[in-house]
Amino acid sequence: MTPTASSTASSTSSHAVFDDVVRSDSSLRRFLHGLPGVDQVGCEARAAGLATRSIKTTSKAYAIDLAIRMVDLTTLEGQDTHGKVRALASKAMRPDPADPTCPATAAVCVYPDMVATAKQTLGDSGVNVAAVATAFPSGRAAMDIKLADTRDAVEAGADEIDMVIDRGAFLSGRYLDVFEEIAQVREACGDAHLKVIFETGELQTYDNVRRASWLAMMAGGHFIKTSTGKVQPAATLPVTLIMLEAVRDFREQTGQMVGVKPAGGIKTTKDAIKYLVMVNEICGDDWLDPDWFRFGASTLLNDLLMQRTKMTTGRYSGPDYFTLD
Amino acid sequence: MFEYAPAPESRAIVDIKPSYGLFINGEFVDGNGTSFKTVNPATEEVLAEVAEASDVDVDEAVKAARRAYTRVWSRMSGAERAKYLYRIARIIQERGRELAVLESIDNGKPIKESRDVDVPIVAAHFFYYAGWADKLKYSGYGETPLGVAGQVIPWNFPLLMLAWKIAPALACGNTVVLKPAETTPLTALLFAEICQQADLPPGVVNIVTGAGDTGRSIVSHPDVDKVAFTGSTEVGKAIARAVAGSDKKVTLELGGKAANIVFDDAPLDQAVEGIVNGIFFNQGHVCCAGSRLLVQESVADEVMSRLKRRMATLRVGDPLDKNTDVGAINSAEQLAKIRELSAIGESEGAERWSAPCDLPANGYWFAPTVFTGVSQAHRIAREEIFGPVLSVLTFRTPSEAVEKANNTPFGLSAGVWTDKGSRILSMANRLRAGVVWANTFNKFDPTSPFGGYKESGYGREGGRHGLEAYLRNTEKGADA
Amino acid sequence: MSRIDVRKTYKLYIGGQFPRSESGRSFVVNDAKGRLLANAAQASRKDARDAVVAARAAFGGWSGRTAYNRAQVVYRIAEVLEGRREQFEAELRAAEGITPARARSYVDAAIDRLVWYAGWADKITQVVGNANPVAGPYFNLSTPEPSGVIAVVAPRGPLLGLVSVVAPLIVTGNTVVVIASQDNPLTAITLGEVMATSDLPGGVVNVLTGSQSEIAPWLASHMDVNGIDLTGVEDAELATELEVAAADNLKRVRRPAPDTDWLAEPGLDRMTQFLETKTVWHPIGV
Repeated sequence: MTPTASSTASSTSSHAVFDDVVRSDSSLRRFLHGLPGVDQVGCEARAAGLATRSIKTTSKAYAIDLAIRMVDLTTLEGQDTHGKVRALASKAMRPDPADPTCPATAAVCVYPDMVATAKQTLGDSGVNVAAVATAFPSGRAAMDIKLADTRDAVEAGADEIDMVIDRGAFLSGRYLDVFEEIAQVREACGDAHLKVIFETGELQTYDNVRRASWLAMMAGGHFIKTSTGKVQPAATLPVTLIMLEAVRDFREQTGQMVGVKPAGGIKTTKDAIKYLVMVNEICGDDWLDPDWFRFGASTLLNDLLMQRTKMTTGRYSGPDYFTLD
Repeated sequence: MFEYAPAPESRAIVDIKPSYGLFINGEFVDGNGTSFKTVNPATEEVLAEVAEASDVDVDEAVKAARRAYTRVWSRMSGAERAKYLYRIARIIQERGRELAVLESIDNGKPIKESRDVDVPIVAAHFFYYAGWADKLKYSGYGETPLGVAGQVIPWNFPLLMLAWKIAPALACGNTVVLKPAETTPLTALLFAEICQQADLPPGVVNIVTGAGDTGRSIVSHPDVDKVAFTGSTEVGKAIARAVAGSDKKVTLELGGKAANIVFDDAPLDQAVEGIVNGIFFNQGHVCCAGSRLLVQESVADEVMSRLKRRMATLRVGDPLDKNTDVGAINSAEQLAKIRELSAIGESEGAERWSAPCDLPANGYWFAPTVFTGVSQAHRIAREEIFGPVLSVLTFRTPSEAVEKANNTPFGLSAGVWTDKGSRILSMANRLRAGVVWANTFNKFDPTSPFGGYKESGYGREGGRHGLEAYLRNTEKGADA
Repeated sequence: MSRIDVRKTYKLYIGGQFPRSESGRSFVVNDAKGRLLANAAQASRKDARDAVVAARAAFGGWSGRTAYNRAQVVYRIAEVLEGRREQFEAELRAAEGITPARARSYVDAAIDRLVWYAGWADKITQVVGNANPVAGPYFNLSTPEPSGVIAVVAPRGPLLGLVSVVAPLIVTGNTVVVIASQDNPLTAITLGEVMATSDLPGGVVNVLTGSQSEIAPWLASHMDVNGIDLTGVEDAELATELEVAAADNLKRVRRPAPDTDWLAEPGLDRMTQFLETKTVWHPIGV
């Protein structure tokens, strides 16, 4: 199951229904600032309330496997090597070598120069290669460099591109610049799917997260993603809640589904299940699929595997029994 | 499919005895009256036989309270009284899960509410008022206790209402005779055990179980100096009549029909949560429930579709399941009343919609329900339903919203949802209600005074203001 | 031959006007020695009803004024009373048969009481309001608001007693229907003239003269009256009856206080008893 295979997202880089909205900076601004506001306390209370859901037995087993299938197994370090990426890719395909029933992750997520290596290892396993492009993580580069970065990764075989938005432009209110940048990167992606990273830790307010979500969806992003993992706070439940509400409302208005990817800071099975509960209650079943929801994570996978083993063996496992990659 | 498997909280933590006596003078006694049964509203299973206090029993309790007042409690320093209250608060925390489970079993409320809302606020209430006991001279209300307080509480928040009554009374140096509601006596009786564990001097707290007659007996007892009641407006009025001409000081916390006002610039997703929390929290058995939704016409359709979508995700069922959002209706009587008023709503021409949910076969249940097309003249817009039933009205301008919101004999609470700060303050000024929740709803805190305008009663519970009800104003005539 | 003086007709004070009783009735008011002072209007239940309507109509505007403005108006009543003090001293001496010095002390005290209460208008909120430190990210503020229309049965003291019960209600923004002392009603109407010329909006204070036992039950049971002050009710049975009637709409009740020392400094409770506490919550977020 790759996004390309089952996606219903439009093939154009933006939606005609929003032509009037994106005609000028001021019309775009009016639209984004006309979205219903977000009350921080109420939003956080709702997220905390959902987090108290108790998931047991069969539901938990299902949730763990689903979460594994949703992981974009990630390494985004200056010290990354081809060896490291190969190991990561192997793990993505067979997270628990001792248990063939354990599903593969959705993708591995690497820097563009590692795409070819990852692709080589993954082959036609069905595990996608996602590449962070557009001068990740700061996004501070000239437009043509960002586009070149994107094309590079796609040419090297990336199935998915995780771009960062220009937070400086967004925060100074140059929404149309951000819109056009996303649209152009989407062009450059060709058939690859585009995830748009907001770096919500820098956007600061939930109102901004909601506006960025609509901006990215209107510009044709296939996925909206919280964070690079390089800025704290990264993904949080309430930020993801806002983004889930946005994709839900966007489908209501346009009929188009957009995916959501919280990334960074999700380390435990307990955390992951909280996110899945939220997806279930805010967006419903349709989004409970790796095509529409992903976890950007690295250490999360091992915890999912430990819990999975606990579910099957009935005893608690330990980190020594899972590979460190 | 992602179905949540049942996640029931263990019942093993509570030990329900087959029968309970009255708690008088520090001991459980049989009493001279008959007895009644308390049932689990989620299953209709009989939980226990509970003694019904007679006039004689009430008299014994008042005597015990008087003795404890004159001999011990009024002579004790505030600092020492405080220590007892702190002890009680700590024991409530220690036995929190047990209290929560028992509350859910006897009342029908979801465990997530009894566990995360009721019990923590109960403990916090005792902590808060414990701290006042030796600081009363700074309260602005003097430091002279009244004497014996007769307290009658409802079934919707059995333990929380007990805390709201007993904590300030004791902190101010009064002793109490408290009657829990006849359908929810068990946590009050467990609280009596907690008083024993805390070594509270005998007679300082007396718990007499029973129904209306027992309540009347307390209210009209000549040696009761203070009457505190939470419950229906009808009974509140009867109490106000009963104490007329006496020196009894009275506080009444009664019914409501709160308007929850949503403007078109509201933070909609949070407003929908606020609407849901406002009317479905505790099955709508909340005197300050936001039972009248006033939504601005320009956004009414959008709010309604979001609200219905959200209501469809509410999980109704076993109160002890940690994933339950809406539990059981407290009693067959209450269920009948909710059904009756809902039927009237339909016959008056309002459109009824209930969230799709499977209700258990046994027990008392009512699906979360919303009525649209309601006008001010409809009975479901005027009368307190005290159940999970929301009446939706629309408005066009802020003035119309205020007029409709205030157009009721009640005045307990109100909600306002808008992103415009100055409008919030203007609305808050103009709404005639004791609590105004702006961009939030149904929030409670020991430091925050709670109580109504008009027929929602008088006096405040909580905060510094809550002390006034239990201290003697030395000026003549002032303590009516 | 000495000049024949022009006598004053004592009427009611309702909605800023001085109407006769709609019932057309009057009653004789004598001085302390039993000589005729004047015929006072004998208010009926319909006059009481009209007075409540006037008080309700005035409530929104009066309670909506700034506290500073209410203070100014009440202070203005004191100023005008000071200017007419000889008239009040004379009336008190005639009505109560008291010495000039005593009459002067009552007028002094009444003026001083008005000034005292005037100053409270913009301070009572600070003294009885609270910022509440709730355990969560919420702004939480409790402030007092007037209860609404308050019926008052005034005590005997025709000036000081009356001022002492009315002033605390109006400084906080309530509007008032007061039944003047049955035995000494005339000063209340003269005080009405003072209020009518002191920038006090019509209807904020309405004065009825007549029979306490006839009028008070109508006010006690009136569903558009929010509170009742029984200070001047001396008949315990009547007081109980009134308190029972007041329960119909849960009026805030202040019980009788027949032996109040009106010269002593009052506390806050004549104000606070007819104040509601409104608590407003708002989330704190960005």
